[in-house]
Amino acid sequence: MENTEIELHNIKKAFADGSKKVQVLNGISAKVGKGTLLTIVGPSGSGKSTILSLCNLLQTPDDGEIYVNKLEVRKWDVQELRRYVGIAFQSAPMTKGTVLENLSLPLKLRGKALENPETYLEYVGLSAELLSREAKELSGGQRQRLSLARTLVNNPSVLLLDEVTSALDTKASQGIEELIQRINKERSVTILWVTHDLSQAERVGDETWLIKDGQLVEGAPTKQFFSEPKDERTKDFLNLLRSSL
Amino acid sequence: MNLTAIIFSFVFVILALFLSNAFRLGLGKDIIITCIRATIQLFIVGYILKFVFGFDHPFVIILMLLIMILVAAKNAAQRGKEIPYAFWKIFLTIAVVEIITQGFLLGLKIVPAEPQYIISISGMIIGNSMIIANLFLNRLKAEIEMRREEIELVLSLGGSVKQSIFPILKQSIRASLIPTIEGQKTIGLVQLPGMMTGQIIAGADPIQAVKFQLLIVFLIMSAATLTAIILGFLIYPSLFNKEQQLEVF
Ligand SMILES: Nc1ncnc2c1ncn2[C@@H]1O[C@H](COP(=O)(O)OP(=O)(O)OP(=O)(O)O)[C@@H](O)[C@H]1O
Ligand SMILES: [Mg+2]
Repeated sequence: MENTEIELHNIKKAFADGSKKVQVLNGISAKVGKGTLLTIVGPSGSGKSTILSLCNLLQTPDDGEIYVNKLEVRKWDVQELRRYVGIAFQSAPMTKGTVLENLSLPLKLRGKALENPETYLEYVGLSAELLSREAKELSGGQRQRLSLARTLVNNPSVLLLDEVTSALDTKASQGIEELIQRINKERSVTILWVTHDLSQAERVGDETWLIKDGQLVEGAPTKQFFSEPKDERTKDFLNLLRSSL
Repeated sequence: MNLTAIIFSFVFVILALFLSNAFRLGLGKDIIITCIRATIQLFIVGYILKFVFGFDHPFVIILMLLIMILVAAKNAAQRGKEIPYAFWKIFLTIAVVEIITQGFLLGLKIVPAEPQYIISISGMIIGNSMIIANLFLNRLKAEIEMRREEIELVLSLGGSVKQSIFPILKQSIRASLIPTIEGQKTIGLVQLPGMMTGQIIAGADPIQAVKFQLLIVFLIMSAATLTAIILGFLIYPSLFNKEQQLEVF
């Protein structure tokens, strides 16, 4: 890989569950090239969201290093790192206030105003009429789209997407997929996209990872991952989900 | 009050005990313990005050104030056990509030620089600051638990630690001050403030007692506001680690 954007080096992370310790990530090593659109799949609770939050230091690994643009995340200026690596959370959280206030939050934090809020809403297929609405009152799908638009306002070089279309219908999902692919191609933004939707992971990905039992079970070019998986656990995972459809 | 009067005042304790028993409230033990504690604590304080006033030396007064602040800080710090250095931050807050308020009182000669004034007014200020610190920490904890995602959202967008916690800090400061402000609205209409009652019983002119009480009301308002704000700004950096992640609660 000629130009690495993100490198995970033997990452371990455990959480306390009451009195016992749960080892969520148990030694993950991998690289993501600049401009790659990576899709990440795996069972619920396997640590996909945790991997994303390690990439912009919202959490710190217990062991191992994470390099973003060749620099270990703990060596970055924290705020600069978090603008370079943007995240759209699984829960699409909103602050008190209007859609406009939420959308312009990234710039407000730097004392600037957002010039073209309508453009950002348009990107994600939301009507400009929503700008004055209370953000917490939006529907799940609307919040998800607003949350993604808000992350884009910082114009990050790396984009972490956590289940950003789970509350959307097929048509709206397609719109988001097209948007993300466009951002990826036109601006060479590196993308790590966690999704439960296997057909989505297959459609949009350049590369795909399966995270399971604290391990990176298989990481391969997306086509190959889905057509000829090498690891038995990948085959099982794909078969199980396909048969349940 | 003579000794017989004091002994007769125990009739009220017996009445409370009798009622608790008759209605099976199960409070008998608590009532007895509370009464014994109150009696012992107040007598001890009375004798200490008598001693301090008799001594009339700045060092003794300062020592007495320090002890009061220590006890208050220790009490309030129980609400913030999870927060590093909570005790010292609360101690510093109350000490600063005490210094500022006494500075005004003595500097502008609003009250005479005599031990009985300094100690009794300080008692009210410090006690009130302790309650405000308690309320503030309680609320802060509840707000953070409720709004953790919002804090992480602001951090994830490249906001500073202060930007991420500011709305919650403001909300907690406001909430901790509301009881003080509300409480003063009906002052005198139902219950006469304890100090005013004391002065009137001791034979002071009611108008004189009112003037003094007003001073206390205004003092407590500003001491409460100062406490919440100073503590808020001292405490919030301890909630985050050096990687700018929310670590406490
Ligand atoms: N802050 C935390 N404190 C305690 N446990 C946590 C924390 N964050 C994650 N976990 C635990 O770590 C495990 C992995 O969580 P994570 O959210 O990364 O999974 P996931 O793969 O994203 O799951 P899903 O597909 O359901 O979103 C889970 O068991 C979760 O309970
Ligand atoms: Mg997740």
